[in-house]
Amino acid sequence: MSKLVSTLREAMEKAGLKSGMTISFHHHLRNGDYVLNMVLEEAEKMGVRDLGVEASSIFDVHAPIIDHIRNGVVTRLGTNYMGAKVGKAITQGVMDTPVIFRTHGGRPNAIETGKIKIDIAFVAAPCADAAGNANGIYGKSACGSMGYAVSDAKCAQKTIVITDTLMPYPLSPASIEETNVDFVVKVDEIGDAKGIVSGTTQITRDPVGLKIAQTAADVIRHSGYLENGFSFQTGAGGASLAVTKFLKPIMREKGVKGSFGLGGITSYMVDMLKEGYFEKLMDVQCFDLGAVASLRENPNHIEVSASRYASPGVKSACVDHLDTVILGATQVDLDFNVNVHTDSNGFIMGGSGGHSDTAAGAKLAIIVAPLYRARLPIVVDRVHTKSTPGSTVDVLVTQRGIAVNPEREELKRRLVKGGLPVFDISELKNLAERVTGTPEEISKGGRVVAKVEYRDGTIIDEIRSVE
Amino acid sequence: MIRSLLFIPGNNPGMLLNADVHGADAIILDLEDAVSPDQKDAARILVRNAVRALSYNTQLVIRVNPLGTDYYLDDLKAVVPLKPDFIMPTKVDGEEYIKDLAERLTAFEKENGLEEGKIKIIPLIETAEGIENAFRIAKASKRVFGLFLGAEDYSADLRAHRTKEGDEILYARGRILNAARAAAIEAFDTPFTDVNDEEGLEKDAFLAREMGFTGKAAISPRHVSGINKAFSPTKAEIDYAYEVLMAIEEGIRLGKGAVSLRGKMIDKPIVDRAKRVVETAKILGLGGYENE
Repeated sequence: MSKLVSTLREAMEKAGLKSGMTISFHHHLRNGDYVLNMVLEEAEKMGVRDLGVEASSIFDVHAPIIDHIRNGVVTRLGTNYMGAKVGKAITQGVMDTPVIFRTHGGRPNAIETGKIKIDIAFVAAPCADAAGNANGIYGKSACGSMGYAVSDAKCAQKTIVITDTLMPYPLSPASIEETNVDFVVKVDEIGDAKGIVSGTTQITRDPVGLKIAQTAADVIRHSGYLENGFSFQTGAGGASLAVTKFLKPIMREKGVKGSFGLGGITSYMVDMLKEGYFEKLMDVQCFDLGAVASLRENPNHIEVSASRYASPGVKSACVDHLDTVILGATQVDLDFNVNVHTDSNGFIMGGSGGHSDTAAGAKLAIIVAPLYRARLPIVVDRVHTKSTPGSTVDVLVTQRGIAVNPEREELKRRLVKGGLPVFDISELKNLAERVTGTPEEISKGGRVVAKVEYRDGTIIDEIRSVE
Repeated sequence: MIRSLLFIPGNNPGMLLNADVHGADAIILDLEDAVSPDQKDAARILVRNAVRALSYNTQLVIRVNPLGTDYYLDDLKAVVPLKPDFIMPTKVDGEEYIKDLAERLTAFEKENGLEEGKIKIIPLIETAEGIENAFRIAKASKRVFGLFLGAEDYSADLRAHRTKEGDEILYARGRILNAARAAAIEAFDTPFTDVNDEEGLEKDAFLAREMGFTGKAAISPRHVSGINKAFSPTKAEIDYAYEVLMAIEEGIRLGKGAVSLRGKMIDKPIVDRAKRVVETAKILGLGGYENE
């Protein structure tokens, strides 16, 4: 039987799409993704309603989903991250059923244990063969790793691979294997290359961000974890990536050879691999073209599934081997709980992604954040949304000093000895409030529009509507 | 100990908020060139509030508009109550300017019940005439703490082409430095103006330090660490300084008239330099006191 069908519509019909089903998407094409919108538009034309959407992330490019929610095509939504555009509509109450926010590790676990039942997985693939073997390293929409799609393809009742670059059988490597694929369809374009990955990831030039990054690197230096075999993860944004810049000379000076860099991978980490600072990169998602090229060419740059990256339900995952992770925050509270879901007005503008997973796994979880953003303090009495529990967070680094989780007495002692400006977290809060004043708390009056599911499946917070 | 002086525009709340986190030994809150005429009063208010609310943990310099402008007196009146460590007058061309400023400061200090003479002056010399009068400016008042060269306006005044290498300001650098040292005060070098050229900055700062400058101004927070590095003694310099001092001590103990180290006579200038290096290292908390 040939899996290759000529239109998306035909694939959806053959896969048996009907009202009430749950369909899934991965987010490797990020803000350049055409596939989620394409599928929902086709579903609407087919007259299908009441769909559940399980998307590993929702970006601004997916804003058409708001209309599909309004007209009843989509009635349930689960995701690990949501950009501000759709986040605003959700916070304003566009959907009756609360969104379920999971983590990058919690989602594959929920899929693999059957908590999420996917009827049809739609896998956007930068290249694929007619049998459904697919990867992200070739083709005009190359995105690199396809780690977030693996559990979906494996566990869904039906899997449809959608590609714009059809290759001869057998395509290798196969990030998605033919054994899991029911239908393959070729479309003109699965995405807009400009929105998928950036050319190169630039390190912040903001002097405050650089100051925070330098301090975070000094925290790592004196933490006791920077030894041969050191493993490290950092995000691509703001001060996080800049930590790498300052960590490099410290590793050189101390002669430390790292074992692996993990996570979303940037050219910066690729350079460190090439220069011998790390032995391997374990890559669940590529952030720029340099990372895509490296995954294609360097055998020490390894693609991992979301499950292997961060699932709490597997026998072991990469995050369990992680020494240090650098993470961001929109708010941190006196108990070190972190909010990465909602903004200062209570609107959804993010999500955990791998935040909670890496914080839980890493021996040293460092939050980097400015002490104040515009006129608002970052350290607060209680976070508006609890994304990552404070018990898994070790250090907060700001431009005016750092705070160490009181549970980590030994770490605190080492950092004080290393000459770092260690404060009690309430002192940092007071320092910020001397400038900003104490902001009024956002009202928590509305109805529940989203639930925050921790990586172990428990609901740790709810997000309420804002008028 | 002022190695680095970081300029912060007086009308930029975001930068004022974080002015003291970048590691500069001194910050210069600017009411002059960074602030357009229609924002002068707003900047004065912003600087006042920032200094009061943030109690900066660095030395505080406030740069005011020049004598002869409408803003000069208003600036002084507004900033003296903030008790800055230093006032930086601009376009200083001669000693009369500094005498006028010193008198005004005394009057404002009295008016505000402050200790007289506490606020020091770092004159910004940025005209050909100012350079020629550098020594007189340095000696014009006990308040003068150090001279500061402003090379952008100065090279324009000369009609010189400003370059990164700075050959056109070599005379001014030498003149300022000589005047300052003759008057036993400090000398501060002009900022390096290419924000993105960190290598050029380090070269320029190193040159200034080798010439004898005390420190250097920065127009970007990203230049601060390069400047601090250039104006801090290296480990080798600190180690050598301790060796010199120990050799001298040993010589005295043994009643030797002349002391040599590694086959070289140690004379007074070498000892003086070693003492300065050790002193600086101590202030900066750099290693090496285990030899004490």
